[in-house]
Amino acid sequence: MDRKGLELSVGVFLLIGLLCLAYLSIRLGDLQLFGGADYRVEAVFSNVAGLKEKAAVTMAGVNIGQVERIGLQDGRARVEMRINNGVKLEQDVIASIKTMGIIGDKYISISPGADDEYIPSGGAIQDTQPPLDIENLLGKFVFGSVDNNKSSGQKESGGDKK
Amino acid sequence: MIYLVRKLGAIALDLIEGLGRMGMFFFRVIRGVGRPPGKYLSTLKQVQFIGTKSFFVIGFTAAFTGMVLGLQGYYTLSKFGSEGLLGSAVGLSLIRELGPVLTALMVTGRAGSAMCAEIGIMRIEEQIDALECMAVDPHSYLITPKLIAGLIALPLLTAFCDVLGIFGGYLIGVQLLGVSGGAFMDGLTSSVVWDDVYMGIVKSFCFAVLMIWICTYKGYYAGLDEGNFGPEEVSWATTQAVVYASISILVSDYIITSILL
Repeated sequence: MDRKGLELSVGVFLLIGLLCLAYLSIRLGDLQLFGGADYRVEAVFSNVAGLKEKAAVTMAGVNIGQVERIGLQDGRARVEMRINNGVKLEQDVIASIKTMGIIGDKYISISPGADDEYIPSGGAIQDTQPPLDIENLLGKFVFGSVDNNKSSGQKESGGDKK
Repeated sequence: MIYLVRKLGAIALDLIEGLGRMGMFFFRVIRGVGRPPGKYLSTLKQVQFIGTKSFFVIGFTAAFTGMVLGLQGYYTLSKFGSEGLLGSAVGLSLIRELGPVLTALMVTGRAGSAMCAEIGIMRIEEQIDALECMAVDPHSYLITPKLIAGLIALPLLTAFCDVLGIFGGYLIGVQLLGVSGGAFMDGLTSSVVWDDVYMGIVKSFCFAVLMIWICTYKGYYAGLDEGNFGPEEVSWATTQAVVYASISILVSDYIITSILL
């Protein structure tokens, strides 16, 4: 009887402790116990300045995965992403690097495509846009040559100041 | 002059002898893992002593630490208008630093001192000598179950401490001070990564070994330096055990952090 009580109290302790540990590592620590929940996609950008591993991948502002690895390939940046299995990417989606707020973290935003075929696991996103180069833009803004920029939105803001 | 030099030499020799004895002690305890007297029941008792009975102490410590972190963090962050970062501030500081260290310190005070006193009294009452006479290895019989139990209990207590501390921070930040609950939890889940949790677990394992090692060693050799085995030596050994264990936990915390970071 005494031994049963001892075993019970130790069991309760272990159970609570393991539950807390599981909560910490799976909910908060994003530990991947089962590898089947997502698939890999890669994309080649001309510039990924500021993008970090584990950065978010979003579509329409919804989190759909994260950046797995960033490497160099022929002078361009090759980014490997993990995308949730529930999200299918069409062949003609566009991946662009954006910034949360003005000085926030960089993340990858994927805008949906219309193609009938989907990118398979291990496939690549063809269309990519590098991040907006704020320093470059500031330089142009200061020297007043923003008007020559292709993007209309930037032209307006530059024109107003002039 | 000669006397001073001799004294210096004596101190150095004592130091090296003590370190060697500590190392041998640890080696014998580790060796005891696979040795006869069965350890199932004694380990279970120690897990109950170190783990289950520390629940309330750790719970109170964790809840109030989390709550005060919530208050202080809110006060500081609201100056910059970024109260949304409260979740990551509370979560990261608890999981990386405060959880493992506070748990280890509380367990040292609660269980480490008791262990040291228990073994010290067995030493002065010659119970340990009696065990040796009966050809029972006292390291394997007395200390090894405590080490195993410490290694099981401390990481789990640390996890419990982290979760309860975060809950305390949530309570103050969200319910009392009006930070948005979604922002709190989102900041928490997005800023805490597996490496942080892993770091906390590694720390708690190291602290468990250090704490059990120092506390049992001090108890086991209580009165040896004085050459006099009485109640005063046990109290002195217990004091030393708690002080040394706490200091070594804090120092090793810095070292582990600098290695893992």
